Amino acid sequence: MFYREAGQFKTSYAADQAVFPILQDKVGIAAMMIVAFVIIPLTANDFVLNSILIPTLVFTLATIGLNVLLGYAGQLSLGTGAFMGVGAYACYKLTTFFPDTNIIVLVLASGIFSALVGILFGLPSLRIKGLYLAVTTLAAQFFLEWCFIRIPWLYNYNDSGAIEVPQRLAFGVIATGPSATPLTRYLIVLSVTVLITWLVSNLIRGRIGRSWMMIRDMDIAAELMGIKPLNAKLSAFAVSSYIAGVSGAMMVFFWLGAAEVESFDINHSFLILFMCILGGLGSLIGSYMGAAFIWVLPIFLRATLPTEPWLWALANPVTSLALVAAVAGLIAIWSGRGALAFLGVVVATAVLGFAFPGGAAAFQLNAAMVEHINFMLIGALIIFFLIAEPAGLARLWQIGKQKLRVWPFPY
Amino acid sequence: MDFFYAILIDPFVQMAAQPDFFLQVVWEGFVSGVLYALIALGFVLIFKASGVFNFAQGIMVVFAALSLVGLYQAGVPAWLALLLALGIMALLAIAVERFVMRPLVNQPDIILLMATIGLTYFLIGFGEFVFGGEPKTMITKELGLPTGSTSFEIGERGLIILQHIDIAAMVIAIIMVASLAVFFSKTRIGRALRAVADDHQAALSVGISLNQIWAIVWFASGIVALATGIMWGAKSDVSFALQIVAYKALPVLILGGFTSIPGAIVGGLIIGIGEKLGELYWGPLVGGGIESWLAYMIALVFLLFRPQGLFGEKIIERV
Repeated sequence: MFYREAGQFKTSYAADQAVFPILQDKVGIAAMMIVAFVIIPLTANDFVLNSILIPTLVFTLATIGLNVLLGYAGQLSLGTGAFMGVGAYACYKLTTFFPDTNIIVLVLASGIFSALVGILFGLPSLRIKGLYLAVTTLAAQFFLEWCFIRIPWLYNYNDSGAIEVPQRLAFGVIATGPSATPLTRYLIVLSVTVLITWLVSNLIRGRIGRSWMMIRDMDIAAELMGIKPLNAKLSAFAVSSYIAGVSGAMMVFFWLGAAEVESFDINHSFLILFMCILGGLGSLIGSYMGAAFIWVLPIFLRATLPTEPWLWALANPVTSLALVAAVAGLIAIWSGRGALAFLGVVVATAVLGFAFPGGAAAFQLNAAMVEHINFMLIGALIIFFLIAEPAGLARLWQIGKQKLRVWPFPY
Repeated sequence: MDFFYAILIDPFVQMAAQPDFFLQVVWEGFVSGVLYALIALGFVLIFKASGVFNFAQGIMVVFAALSLVGLYQAGVPAWLALLLALGIMALLAIAVERFVMRPLVNQPDIILLMATIGLTYFLIGFGEFVFGGEPKTMITKELGLPTGSTSFEIGERGLIILQHIDIAAMVIAIIMVASLAVFFSKTRIGRALRAVADDHQAALSVGISLNQIWAIVWFASGIVALATGIMWGAKSDVSFALQIVAYKALPVLILGGFTSIPGAIVGGLIIGIGEKLGELYWGPLVGGGIESWLAYMIALVFLLFRPQGLFGEKIIERV
């Protein structure tokens, strides 16, 4: 009803192959662009920009990079963090050599270095695949981390071993360093991310992207049909590492302001892998959603946990009973026993209703415990999401679109 | 010329000049190789039976050791703590099978891998929440494990020091591998495990319960994890840093092949010894610290020549 193709006729091949063939998509994307480029800059405060939007965009870009490799070309990599590091250190060296050049140009150029490193470590993919390949990318991860520590030239021989972002200009505006405003940095990061998303979306619709997908679906068959695995796999590694490198450079220059080798460790590689898989493999919109979800979730938990009274439940027998009932209810829903589910939820609400007012302030969590609960919840949520929707958030997005298409009918 | 001399000749000259030091290094490498092999063994057990690449094996080692030490500190006698820790690993195995594996049956490998990474995060949070994040000392003496050391004199000035705990680790590893081998080949459950590993559908059709088998396999690798945790905890502390060290089990698996128990052992020893020799004899040439990546590079080079690992089944692909 709200979202349908009916009546929208295409009269040329160009119209048929457009990125957004339907009017509603065009309106939707335009609305999102207006929100991102106009409304958010007008309304958001520095905290939101610095701690939520900029990192989300930076990680989105890295996720898109991994998605090119994993989601489109089917090559599993656990070295994304290190490739981001290559981009960051390359950008740092470039700013040292070319202090007067526009910083955006340098950020985009630094990706080239990580692309070269990516091609180098992508070479084993010609011979090995799957989980074996994942382990060889771990070699890249640990070797590059070691390089970031042991080659002092990379951080200009300073004593701390960290890279400090100098003040640099972009189009005459201070874009990096302590005196750059969050708004400037947000707009630069947003523009680069949108630009690269657009380029990638066209790349994967074209000849190269199709050859990646053929390699992903069945590499031997693709080879028989005339796709050169050498070109397809290495170009996927190059594009993926380029994007990861740009994202790493932006992470240090427009978000962190300074970075050590810990900023590019294996946990970051895993973080981005999470974003990629939760968002949905082989989906660009999924990359945005996955990155936003994984990044915002801990912030949300941190902001809500210590004050929320329900955690008191952990220390009180009555409320823990209620929690058990609630969990039992959820399991019953999940296993399809409606009556049992209803009972569980009723018992849970009743007991919670009695127990809550009494002990709201009795149980205080310290920061470390919040952090641990955070970890547990992230782990549990990942497993839950994988069970509920293995195709990721992007699939939910599609389901939503389909609902809009057929509304008000069920199908 | 000097460069090639430093790489190709000098290390061997050093080895020959100080044979006792060389032997000591090999022994150290051997011992850490045994521990890598034990972690890899846990991986292999689960991979063989369910095709799941269990990333959580490292944290299971930490978790098992933490439960043991945590229970002991709570006042439980050591032998009971050991039994209870085994019980916790059994509960964990059943929970993993019910809440992670069963709903995800038939999903692609990458999804299952992700689920075990999610499990890793959960166990890190849970372990720290319950036992606290600070490192703990393993209750080596209380468990009746030896703590002393013996030194052998070799030649005129040579000296090799063997820690008793290392020897105990080796003995336990041998016992464990042997009993696993017996378990796999002689018992009813072991045969069922091998059947499942061979072909899920065929195993199902002759009446083997996949769910039961998976719970058993996770428990078996939980036992391996507990043993590994005790040994490793006795060498250093029991802390979450162990989990990072457990990544070293990955190149071991690569070398040995994902499905081979002897492969895990041999791979562990190659990686352990190669890493220590590389660090001590070649490491100084590039500034040291190469231990962090050398294992992966060794595995990478091996893979280029044998993509299926040393003992892995030959990969046959059809369109």
